[in-house]
Amino acid sequence: MVGTSSAPELEIHVYDLPAPELAGRRKQTAIVAIGMALAIALVIIVNSVSSGVRLAQANVLASVYGVGTDITVNQTPAAPGEGEDAGPQRFDFDAADGTTADGTTSVSRTRLEANRGTSTFAATDLATVGEVDNVTAAAATLSLTNTTFDGALPDRTIGPPAAGEAPPEGGPDGAGGSSFNVDSFTVLGLDPADTAVGPLSAMTLTDGRTLGSADAGANVVVLDAAYATTATLAVGETLAIAGTDFAIVGLVTSASADAATAANAYIPIDVAQALSGLAGQVSDIYVQAASSTDIAQVQADIEAALPDTTVKTQAELASSVSGSLATASDLASNLGLWLSLIVLGAAFLIAILFTISGVTRRTREFGTLKAIGWSNGRIVRQVAGESLVQGLLGGAAGIAIGLVGILLVNLVAPTLSAGATASAQAASPGGPGAGFGQAAQVQAPVDIALTAPVTVSVILLAAGLAVLGGLLAGAIGGWRASRLRPAEALRSLA
Amino acid sequence: MYELTNVTKKYQQGGRTVTALDGVSLTIPDGQLVAIQGPTGGGKSTLLQMLGALDRPTDGTVELGLANLSRLGDRKLGDIRAKEIGFVFQGFNLIPTLSAQENVETALAPLGVTASERRERAAAALASVGLGDRLTHLPAELSGGQQQRVAIARALVKNPTVLLADEPTGNLDEDTRDEIMDLLEGLWRAQGLTLVVVTHDTAVAARAQRRLQIRDGVVREVA
Repeated sequence: MVGTSSAPELEIHVYDLPAPELAGRRKQTAIVAIGMALAIALVIIVNSVSSGVRLAQANVLASVYGVGTDITVNQTPAAPGEGEDAGPQRFDFDAADGTTADGTTSVSRTRLEANRGTSTFAATDLATVGEVDNVTAAAATLSLTNTTFDGALPDRTIGPPAAGEAPPEGGPDGAGGSSFNVDSFTVLGLDPADTAVGPLSAMTLTDGRTLGSADAGANVVVLDAAYATTATLAVGETLAIAGTDFAIVGLVTSASADAATAANAYIPIDVAQALSGLAGQVSDIYVQAASSTDIAQVQADIEAALPDTTVKTQAELASSVSGSLATASDLASNLGLWLSLIVLGAAFLIAILFTISGVTRRTREFGTLKAIGWSNGRIVRQVAGESLVQGLLGGAAGIAIGLVGILLVNLVAPTLSAGATASAQAASPGGPGAGFGQAAQVQAPVDIALTAPVTVSVILLAAGLAVLGGLLAGAIGGWRASRLRPAEALRSLA
Repeated sequence: MYELTNVTKKYQQGGRTVTALDGVSLTIPDGQLVAIQGPTGGGKSTLLQMLGALDRPTDGTVELGLANLSRLGDRKLGDIRAKEIGFVFQGFNLIPTLSAQENVETALAPLGVTASERRERAAAALASVGLGDRLTHLPAELSGGQQQRVAIARALVKNPTVLLADEPTGNLDEDTRDEIMDLLEGLWRAQGLTLVVVTHDTAVAARAQRRLQIRDGVVREVA
């Protein structure tokens, strides 16, 4: 109640209520409120889009590294030593290989090898990582590529034709030519008993079942649903990996519908190690820390325990997200932040200047109020109350405009493409030529539709800014008004 | 009762010192109707500001009852203005965005009166000046005489002991001037106020019990 000495803080009621006072100054109220509204709307939209971009980044990372992974450990491949095979993958065929029929020899060979550009290290390192303080979970995987080379070539028992003889027949084209196919897909060996950490943790089962502890040593495979579609495979069928038939028991997709999964096929790690000849080897270790504050310590400890490995935190991984998503992220965090700060500053300045000019115009009014006994505090509260109401009007309008803006962003849902540079990577679904000479670190571009989430904290932030702007303008305007000396205020209009 | 002793007020104006009041000594008993006349710049308004606790003298003392206005701080002076002194200005000085009733209520805001009592007292004060049917009108919707009546209601709603009127009829035509003076005189009689009217207008001054002339900062009685 205005005027009750028990609750003087409620006297910002502006001569009773701000409404009649502000209604009489519609123009000023409208300009201040609109300025505040635009600034607050911009802050809301930029904030929301930024968190949308962060969400998209997290999705990309989760699809590749799994949910809950704080740190990954892998080993940078060393340059090949002298005499080591550094060349491209080779498929050697002996004269007796293949089957010959109708003048055509068919050959086929499959290799299951560590991904080009990745290096394997001893599985015992997993135990070392598990002993580091504040590590709650660690899982090892083995990243492999299964490459099948098959082809048809003419019968090599026929010699070159002598002069005047008919040209040779046979071969796939019937004229002595050859035809070759290369098919490759990525295979990730993982511990079927432990899927809490690692790539499989971020996936959603769409058909069949996932791997379980009973699958250790079994020839079972879970496929990426997208790969299964491309290769026309389904649960219950078999997939040949390194010449061994695996029963397809399940299909998974990335938890984020927008991103691909880390590999095309998932099999028990012991089977993967045996088939690839990499017994006791792993390519990546996924680590979960006890809390986010422990990550730096865990990283340092693992680096100390395993000096040959590369230890990366999720934050470092986030910086590896590239593509237009990264551009959007930069845009949101830099341009968006500065733009909203500038507009917010301008809105605050407009509010302050208008309040001060309002006080100056109302010199007679405040002089009169002082003459009839209003204290400085009451006048400051009066001006601050009016400004606060203007700020709140602007804030409410700003929240409304901001929500409409966010709605528009979500309706348009601009698509961003992103790639995560990582060793555990899904190769493009198999096809001729794939798998040969792959670059060491392959980009798997992922298209992500940008969504701008609305959070309570954004709304609270906007409301807080509205109150802050109103109070700031009101405090400065009120201070000006309270400095008027009543005699001079009245004399100035005589 | 006002007791002014050797009151001097000097201003700095454009680098030179202006003496608006020059050693004024004056006693105004409670309940007196006093008119102050004098040329523009003679010190009328400055004297009224001293009486109205709006300003402190450069020298000398101004006492109202037991309070020494020349020694009190801004807060105390504000309290005295809020409780003891009603002002009526030449330009009415109503707040243009507030209704007649809300304008009158502003005088009660510093007194810790509840909102409902404030509304009642404002309505009663407006009724006593003949504006009981104009409570929700904005100043712009009222004539000059009506606006001055609202200002008088605002000055009297708190039951002050002193009413100070600075050219209260200066902006009004002759008929309205007489109405307003009748009203002020009637209220002065009814409420036992001390009424000090600063005026150029001899017809207004002629109604006072006592007439003072102020010229060059010096006050003298007019017989």
